[in-house]
Amino acid sequence: MEPKASDLEWKKVSAELLILSLVEARPRHGYEISKLIEQRSGGTVRFYVASLYPLLYRLEKRRWVEGRWVEKAGQRRRRYYRLTSEGRKVLASQRRGWQAFVAAINRIVEVEHA
Amino acid sequence: MPDWKEEILRRLGPLKLTPAREAEIVEEVTQHLEDRYQELVSGGATEDEACHQAFKEVSDEDLLARGLRRVEQETPQEPIVPGSRGGHNFLASLWQDTHYGLRQLRCNPGFTIVAVLALALGIGATTAIFSVVNGVLLDPLPYPNAHRLIALAETLPPFSEFAISYPDFVDWVRMNHTFEALAAYRHTDSSLTGSSEAERVKVAQVSASFFPLLGVKPVVGRNFSSEEDRRGAAPVVILSGGFWKSKFGGSQGILGKMLTLDGKGYTVIGVIPENFYFCCKSTNFVLGDVYVPIGSYDSQWMSQRGAHPGIFAVGRLKEGVTLRQARADMGGIAQDLASAYPDSDKNEGIALTPLKERMVGDVQPALLVLLAAVGFVLLIACANVANLLLARATGRAREFAIRAALGASRGRIIRQLLAESVLLALGGGGLGLLLASWGTKAGLAALPEALPRANDVRLDPRVLAFTLVASILVGVLFGLAPALQSARPDLQHSLKGARLGLSSSRHRTQHVFVVLEMAMAVVLLIGAGLTIRCLTFLWRVNPGFDPHNVLTFNVALPPSTAEETPEQVRASLRHLTDTIAAVPGVNAVSITDGAFPMQGGNIVGFWAEGHPKPSTQSEMPNAVNYIVGTDYFKVMRIPVLHGRIFTADDDSHSRFVAVIDEDFARNYFRNQDAVGKSVHLAGIDEPFEIVGVVGHVDQGGLDEDKQSPLSVQIYLPVSQIPDQFISLLAKAEGFVLRRQSPEYASVEAIRRAIEGMNREQVAYGFESMDGIISTSLASRRFTTILLAAFAALALALASIGIYGVISYGVARQTHELGIRMAHGAQKGDILRLVIGQGLRLALMGVAIGITGALGLTRFLANLLYGVKPTDPLTFAAVSFTLTGVALLASYIPARGATKVDPMVALRYE
Repeated sequence: MEPKASDLEWKKVSAELLILSLVEARPRHGYEISKLIEQRSGGTVRFYVASLYPLLYRLEKRRWVEGRWVEKAGQRRRRYYRLTSEGRKVLASQRRGWQAFVAAINRIVEVEHA
Repeated sequence: MPDWKEEILRRLGPLKLTPAREAEIVEEVTQHLEDRYQELVSGGATEDEACHQAFKEVSDEDLLARGLRRVEQETPQEPIVPGSRGGHNFLASLWQDTHYGLRQLRCNPGFTIVAVLALALGIGATTAIFSVVNGVLLDPLPYPNAHRLIALAETLPPFSEFAISYPDFVDWVRMNHTFEALAAYRHTDSSLTGSSEAERVKVAQVSASFFPLLGVKPVVGRNFSSEEDRRGAAPVVILSGGFWKSKFGGSQGILGKMLTLDGKGYTVIGVIPENFYFCCKSTNFVLGDVYVPIGSYDSQWMSQRGAHPGIFAVGRLKEGVTLRQARADMGGIAQDLASAYPDSDKNEGIALTPLKERMVGDVQPALLVLLAAVGFVLLIACANVANLLLARATGRAREFAIRAALGASRGRIIRQLLAESVLLALGGGGLGLLLASWGTKAGLAALPEALPRANDVRLDPRVLAFTLVASILVGVLFGLAPALQSARPDLQHSLKGARLGLSSSRHRTQHVFVVLEMAMAVVLLIGAGLTIRCLTFLWRVNPGFDPHNVLTFNVALPPSTAEETPEQVRASLRHLTDTIAAVPGVNAVSITDGAFPMQGGNIVGFWAEGHPKPSTQSEMPNAVNYIVGTDYFKVMRIPVLHGRIFTADDDSHSRFVAVIDEDFARNYFRNQDAVGKSVHLAGIDEPFEIVGVVGHVDQGGLDEDKQSPLSVQIYLPVSQIPDQFISLLAKAEGFVLRRQSPEYASVEAIRRAIEGMNREQVAYGFESMDGIISTSLASRRFTTILLAAFAALALALASIGIYGVISYGVARQTHELGIRMAHGAQKGDILRLVIGQGLRLALMGVAIGITGALGLTRFLANLLYGVKPTDPLTFAAVSFTLTGVALLASYIPARGATKVDPMVALRYE
């Protein structure tokens, strides 16, 4: 499925939040992150290579996540991204902002319905 | 499976990433695409479909390249040592350098500790000496507008500083146009009686203008008024803060109380602050327990223009008046006085010296020598640390090569290394500051009399700034050479991991440092050696008397003695002398008045028989004047060269007699027999017959200038003091006493005997003659001890330096040594080879050091006495010592080298 222009717009706003949330519990590699986004959104949201990695590197550069090559027995080495303490603070603040935003939208939408 | 790498590389091409970064991105993205491909295939797609879909996701609108460009091209390309393009964010990279530097130092705790300790010693010693220089030489004196304060004295050839006559001083005050105020002062002792036990207090007699001139305000009460500063005024006294607290518990009710000094009642009118300070030996000021107006001093000396009763003066220049103008003004006054009173004032002048110069001028050369010496120690420490860094740089050659390969510029690596060395230096500086603060406190407490203004020495902001700047400079200084060397790595060689990746230029630099260290250590050791030789020379100087087991002290007679007739006073003194002589263990005792060896004292104008009589008193030559008892020569063991000494028969009824010293006899009775000749003394009509000639005594100290015109000495018997001067004896007397041993005739026993005679009689100021001589050398000892300590430090650091370089050389040459041994070299050959290298460095250092010392020790010349600045013995001893130490320092690694197993060594590469 090709991402539409509107998808790109809102993804840009929330993409950081999605990635930071996914590496919050434990470190994950890029492919795993993209699969989780797809699965958990029921296929509605998809991150392809071309947009995922620039985003990951940007987060790494801001020191919100930290990438590290990890070798596991019998596997290729993979680069795992984990949330830094600074990233944790950013995540908390973005999460609050997002929830407030969604709540506000919901209220508007409810008024329209009423 | 398709080749994803090619495709991705093509897309990344325009970004011009570093090879390392590019490889990383390619690896990660390739994995992703492979995972995606596998997923699509296992989901039922054909291989072609899966491949097509995966590629499509990468190539979508060239998103990957655009996205990465935004992120990557603003990212530092090498996370540890960013390339030269990082210069636009100086602060960030400085922080990065610091952070990385700290991590490097933490990773090498052994190296860090050694380097920081060496630097701490160097910076600490420098800071300590600088804090002394700062407090003593640089800081203004602790008085308002201190630059306008001038010390005044009279001059009378050959004396450049002479005590002031009080009538002259009064005229200066009246006639001058350049001083806002002038104040005279002198010091004396008085017996404080009336409360409990009689005690001796130090009395400073000062003009009413003294405290206001120095900006000192009483904490209680008021200053003297000018009415109180006159003869016949009601006696008033101001207490020192310390005396007020110790004697009266700091009571506010002290004002108006009476104090009995020498039997006379004084009303307390004020208390000056406890921290009042006006030093010291060079200003002839003694801090008093109490202060009284000098003008009210009721003594015949105060009204005689020809008398100079230990008075000196301080003045405050009017705003805008220069020292030169003041000198011209006072010079004119001196001329006027000389023509008005030729008998007393002819040839007299007035000496004006800035007060600070007068206070600290004597110690300035010694302090500057110490500052230079300690600077040398710091440089040696720097050279040592630089060598450590150079050696460590060899271990890090690969690291630098990798960084250079990853795009770090030379400047960037130098900056990183400099950051590390500045961090080391700041660590050393911090620790050094602690050492300095502790060291100066301990040093000044141990040698208090050695330094004027010792209480002005502290770690103030200027000292702290000095330490900070010194640390940073030192960091750059010792970091620069290793950094320059390291930042030019031989990439190929280093990356191959060769252990011998040390360029020969780096090795040469290490050798240069060691040679310079040795040279500086030689200079310091020679400096210290010369001052030590000078001190030992002085200790061996025969002062002209035997100071061992001689005790000196003073006795204040009961105030009632002042009422006695001259005959009664003489009898009292005889009785006192006999009482002291009867104390068990006392061999001989004598009164001594006037001058006293190494303590300054009276001089007297004279003219000798056979010489023309000078027309005025001020044109007479001067002699040191001792007034002594019959046993004085026995106590002091001054040799009698000719004639006789005083006997009990020389009394007030017999002809006046005198004993002169050998210099007097030689200068004034050349080729004649002085005994039987007569000498006239200023102020006394009757001539004195010379009855004996004794040995010369070093009056001014062990380092007395033998050429001084004041070297002639004359002794008069105390028993012949004319009646008109007897009141001076009735107050207090000095005594010298020879005892069998300090244990036998103790100070306590003597004090008990004296004070047992009369409750109001006080014995005070006990001091052994050895102690007086020792004190006279205090400031020399201070300089010598410090110089010796710095030299020892320098020697230790230089030895460690040569040891380090030789050990390092041995480690580096293990391979070569192995080959030599495999070819049949014996242990002796190896030992000679390695020690030879150390010896070569040491000898070069010694040669340069001796050349340097020949140039530099002349700055020590005025601190030396009895030793030439080029003393060959010192130079030779230092050269041998240093060479010996260097041999030892090379021997240890050399012995290690002989234990090299050729097989192991050959595999070493």
